[in-house]
Amino acid sequence: MKHGVVITGIGLASSLGEGIDTHADALAAMAAPVVDATSFAPYPIHPLKVLELDRQIPKKSDQRQMEPWQRLGVYAAGLALDGAGLKDDAAAKAVLQVIVAAGGGERDHAVDSAILTGLRGANQPGAFLNERLMGDLRPTLFLAQLSNLLAGNIGIVHGITGASRTFMGEEQAGVDAVRTAHARIAAGQAEIMLVGGSYNAERQDMLLLFELGGYLRKGDFAPVFERQAAPGLITGSASAFLVLESAERAAARGATVLARLDAVVATRSKRQPGAVEAALRGLLADLGPVAPGALAVSAATGVAGVTTEEAAALAILPQARRVAAGDLLGHAVEAAFPVSVALAAAALSKGQAREAVVTGAGHWRGEGAARLVAL
Amino acid sequence: MSAKPASAKTPATAHRDSKGRPVVAVTGLGIVTSLGQGKDANWDALTAGRSGIHAIERFPTQGLRTTIGGTVDFLFDGPFSAPQLSEKLAMLAAEEAVGQSGIGRPGDFPGELFMAVPPVEMEWPQKQELAATLEGDVDYRGLLSAAASQRFKAMHEMFLFGTVADHVAEAFGTKGSPISLSTACSSGATAIQMGVEAIRRGETKAALCIGTDGSIHAEALIRFSLLSALSTQNDPPEAAAKPFSKNRDGFVMGEGAGALVLEDYDHALARGATILGIVAGCGERGDGFHRTRSSPDGKPAILAMQDALADAGLSPDDVDYINAHGTSTPENDKMEAMSCAAVFGARMARLPMSSNKSMIGHTLTAAGAVEAVISFLTIAHGRIPPTINYVTPDPAIALDVVPNRARDARVRTVLSNSFGFGGQNTSLVLTAEPTRS
Repeated sequence: MKHGVVITGIGLASSLGEGIDTHADALAAMAAPVVDATSFAPYPIHPLKVLELDRQIPKKSDQRQMEPWQRLGVYAAGLALDGAGLKDDAAAKAVLQVIVAAGGGERDHAVDSAILTGLRGANQPGAFLNERLMGDLRPTLFLAQLSNLLAGNIGIVHGITGASRTFMGEEQAGVDAVRTAHARIAAGQAEIMLVGGSYNAERQDMLLLFELGGYLRKGDFAPVFERQAAPGLITGSASAFLVLESAERAAARGATVLARLDAVVATRSKRQPGAVEAALRGLLADLGPVAPGALAVSAATGVAGVTTEEAAALAILPQARRVAAGDLLGHAVEAAFPVSVALAAAALSKGQAREAVVTGAGHWRGEGAARLVAL
Repeated sequence: MSAKPASAKTPATAHRDSKGRPVVAVTGLGIVTSLGQGKDANWDALTAGRSGIHAIERFPTQGLRTTIGGTVDFLFDGPFSAPQLSEKLAMLAAEEAVGQSGIGRPGDFPGELFMAVPPVEMEWPQKQELAATLEGDVDYRGLLSAAASQRFKAMHEMFLFGTVADHVAEAFGTKGSPISLSTACSSGATAIQMGVEAIRRGETKAALCIGTDGSIHAEALIRFSLLSALSTQNDPPEAAAKPFSKNRDGFVMGEGAGALVLEDYDHALARGATILGIVAGCGERGDGFHRTRSSPDGKPAILAMQDALADAGLSPDDVDYINAHGTSTPENDKMEAMSCAAVFGARMARLPMSSNKSMIGHTLTAAGAVEAVISFLTIAHGRIPPTINYVTPDPAIALDVVPNRARDARVRTVLSNSFGFGGQNTSLVLTAEPTRS
């Protein structure tokens, strides 16, 4: 590794509100989460605290062309750029590389429902489907649907002309986004990157995907590591973006460094009993010794088996204070790992600990870990 | 894979590129398109100027403005979903590429996986299956209750974004955490670029880079149609894709996959592998201009090409052939021609530039990888596949598009372009094996 990698901007928005202070305070106090157990009952979720969109997305036309997950992500990316002092730095934005961990766009639930109802009695189902889709889909829907259009919108709204890449693949997309951004800066392949993800939990189509596999918690909120009686995800609307920068570049421009990102590691275990625990133990070992008083932020999902194994892996760090990001703001899927890294960085920047590790095991695949150090 | 530092010591005999980085060799190539499975079938058809575009039979096309596509129809007997076809295409292309490279052992590929995969979501047949269990009008509450029965568990895995790459990683035994990525229509090129970067970092000695797309279904086609992006000249189907022609009126959706085994050049030499070529340079630029339209001045595309050449340590004069993005939309082809003129100057009038999409359609997520494979075949055979359907030249676009017939030519360096919605512009510089004269 040729270059140190530092975090010079953090953009966070969730059910708790927005910004470093709000989230660091909640983490320090382990504030009670904001839970909506009724709107999507029996599935509880953590709803986004309403954002003043104009503050980061000034043009109404831009706001209109985006879906909630995109607006949330563009907003959080703007917070990160503001925090890093880059919003008006055209030269920096021309070289800024972006990696976004993204899912897909939101279905038009009313259109889907009406078509499914109509298809039942249709004599020619294929022709009926064509006619209704041609008539009922908004032409711009596709753009809101494309995974890479969160990155595209970040570019358009914030004037970033560096290249972007979008990673997909649920939780692990978030791990690999942060890992790749770190690796490229460390190796000198880039000097400055914006990396993060965004997730809108307030949508039935995503609940449907998870419920197909039986991965949702039903009923009331319970802490991530205390869901054995009724395991499952409680998803939360949240977005985090980080400005990562080589230590030299940050120093040269006199940027405020919030934390140093020392290492990001990831693997793909074959999901058999014990595999996740072994994988996370291996990743934690790669990160090196953890000092007493460190913070251990877990992006654990709350699903059966995997969560217990993550807890067991973290049990090898009794000297660290374990915090589940899900207990504060829910599970944000692609954004879960970036959110957890951002929470750790926010806490370090406020002097809550000297170092932090972050872990995450996806509800279905993928394991990752990161190590951060205060400066 | 854990992030491990590159080996501290570089052997004195190690090959390095003009910037002191490991050289990235290609040791395996695989391809599937509507023209067929495998390099031989595709090369024969491409150089014969044969089109894979045909009337769509996969689903009813009544009432649609576009009824044609380059669908791959020879892999399944029964119905399938887009991720299932995308996975099958990727597996076949990867088998061919890994087999040719001779790297590793079956199920034990000694490197990482970078995959361009189309965005997936639950499709209509599956939603209808759920709806069939409900009484009365259908809504998402009902669908959720059907899902809660756990009778449709397999659909969860089928429609996760990470599944296709996960299955490929499992089948080939790639190492580390597999990447599923999208940069829209430049995704396939980005997958290659990520493999190049990982090898240059010394993080891996080999990378399996795949672009795959098997997502032509009714809604996908209708969505592009609603954006007025598709050709509506359905009859005859094989004449619809006409890049750089005056009467071009949109792209034709295609399906396929391209796979490349990238390898540290010295690693490949040490095991006696046949070197098929070099990925010498990559360039990428964002375009903050518009969600679907390119900057009218072509600046991001120009910069992406210039970056790729600079990354390769080459100049525009070194390029023998441009494998165009060439979608056959009025806007792309004009912008691309203008951008190339800006990069290559007066030479552009005689620098061959053809579009594979005239024959296979736009394979979308896969295109960058599919066309990189074809570019390496072009180098290997010394023969340039044509731009077919070039009957009515666009006087505003003065290009040598290698019209209608393949052409023999010495090709050592190819620039391959991929541009996508959301301001994605990626260019690759692909060259012959250095010692090959």
